[in-house]
Amino acid sequence: METILPLLCGTMAAASIYLMLSGNLIRFIFGLVMATNAVNLLIFIAGRISISHPPLIPEHLPVSELPMANALPQALILTAIVIGFALLTFVFILFYRAYQTLGTVDTESMRFAEPVEKEDVSDTKAMEGNGV
Amino acid sequence: MNWILVLPIILPFAFAAATLQFRKDFRLQQNLSILGALLHFGACIFLLFKVYHNGIVTTQIGNWPAPFGITIAADHLSVIMVAVTGILNLAVMVYSKAEINPNLLKAGYHPLMHILIGGVCGAFLTGDLFNLYVWFEVMLMASFGLLVLGQKKQQFDGGVKYVMINLFSTLLFIAGLGLLYGLTGTLNMADLHLKVQGVTDKGLLTAIAAIFMAAFGIKSGIFPLFFWLPASYHTPPVAISAIFAGLLTKVGVYSMIRMFSLVFTFDIAYTHGLLLIVAVLTMITGVLGAAAFNEFRRILSFHIISQVGYMVMGLALFTPLALKGSVFYILHHMIVKANLFLISGVSRKTGGSFELSKLGGFYRSNGLLAILFFIPAFSLAGFPPLSGFWAKMILIRAALEIQSYTVAATAAAVGLLTLYSMTKIWGEAFWKPKPEIIDAEIDDKGQPASFWMFLPIIALAILTITIGLVPEPFLKMAGQAAHELLNPEIYVKAVLGEL
Repeated sequence: METILPLLCGTMAAASIYLMLSGNLIRFIFGLVMATNAVNLLIFIAGRISISHPPLIPEHLPVSELPMANALPQALILTAIVIGFALLTFVFILFYRAYQTLGTVDTESMRFAEPVEKEDVSDTKAMEGNGV
Repeated sequence: MNWILVLPIILPFAFAAATLQFRKDFRLQQNLSILGALLHFGACIFLLFKVYHNGIVTTQIGNWPAPFGITIAADHLSVIMVAVTGILNLAVMVYSKAEINPNLLKAGYHPLMHILIGGVCGAFLTGDLFNLYVWFEVMLMASFGLLVLGQKKQQFDGGVKYVMINLFSTLLFIAGLGLLYGLTGTLNMADLHLKVQGVTDKGLLTAIAAIFMAAFGIKSGIFPLFFWLPASYHTPPVAISAIFAGLLTKVGVYSMIRMFSLVFTFDIAYTHGLLLIVAVLTMITGVLGAAAFNEFRRILSFHIISQVGYMVMGLALFTPLALKGSVFYILHHMIVKANLFLISGVSRKTGGSFELSKLGGFYRSNGLLAILFFIPAFSLAGFPPLSGFWAKMILIRAALEIQSYTVAATAAAVGLLTLYSMTKIWGEAFWKPKPEIIDAEIDDKGQPASFWMFLPIIALAILTITIGLVPEPFLKMAGQAAHELLNPEIYVKAVLGEL
């Protein structure tokens, strides 16, 4: 497990970055989901994988006699999952509204906030005209 | 529990809930928001004086002892940031009374704004790394909402890019955080300072430091990672971009200063050396980017990047004087930059556009606005006796002191180029006669700006002049902050108690 999980985590991270860089909003969302899970897995591995007992202390003892699993990474992952889920929902809605308003999911053609300078536009139009 | 420490965080959340309750009554909502901002301002300033007199104030949430529970700690750096947040919050809330239209109010402008402020203050005050991550998320969520409020085409475009990159940066942050926990077994920043020294494999720690540098670098907009900022900051309504410009990148810079003075100080030659190169490149690209544009807010957005370069430069030099300069720079910059954005809003209202080519004649038609622009603009460029002059002078002197002549020369040259951009705005919008525009491209007909728009601008301008003419108390605060940053044992002792 100690070797399989880091490899899985790395593969997921690599795939997610590929998806995120592909310039398509839909693929970006898939990449984001995968990246979130890769990071969760990373925290999980960083908290060490061990075969130990649940961190429950019997009522009559001050501390457990058996070695306990570290509960903190799981708590962190749980928080990260909840926050990540909320963000994901927001991203879905934002991208859908962006698609409705802008009419595209291709990030290359999303130039409304930073329009291409006017001279360039006329240049490309002229070039297209020549080409046709 | 020390209540004064949590007030700057819970007050905005209380008012977010209150304004949400009265979302149908716009007038009441606006007045409630101003009241909330006033109380928040009071709490922040009170905290500032408390720390100024008594030193670091800490509290453990839920009375869980320090390395186990969540610590809230206010040292001089935190408290300076929180105080300026209080000032900007008040200024922007007053400004919003004039600028924010019923559509935005209906969409929840006020609750989101309060949540944003609460998140920012939480990030400044927390002493726990995971808690910092949570505040980042709170702040981001609110900023995502605010950025697309109004639903213009531009905003969706800018918003999508802003959301993409910022989500990625939080992922990096939490990945670094997980790895750091794996190495040290703690998330309390003061405890991390101690535990990091016991880690034998410093190479792994440096790798984690690089992850944190990238994560906070995206947030603060440093050199190769800043592209989201000029793509989005000029799209939302002015009040929103003013608060973004004043606060959000500075949260990134603050986190970077905190982590790279408290935790990652074992390989200064590498980490801080890298930061120094990045800082120099950030200053140059920011200012050159600004020179290329002719839109009021896009010029200002690029200047944020160049100014962040100065702040990171102070951190990278890592001497008492440099850190003092860095803290003073942040203090000065937040006020000046938010003010410039507010002024761009007034010029949009009276002139009808953000495009410099469509503006003109303000010097003749609106003398007050001309004076009010002059003060922050030339403070930004570093003219004596305004606040920016002291900030730049200290940083350049700090660079000269340790013989970093290239860095000092760059900082001075970038100051000159900043002046170029500011004179461009001055020449176009203020001196040039008003252009005759008949086309329908103009967004709005010009109309007189209301008293509520001028009030915060005048107040912030007076503050800028005050910092410029009487820099002594501000410099003393910044110096104290630098002293604490360079001697982390003061912070550690305040958080963990006697060891």
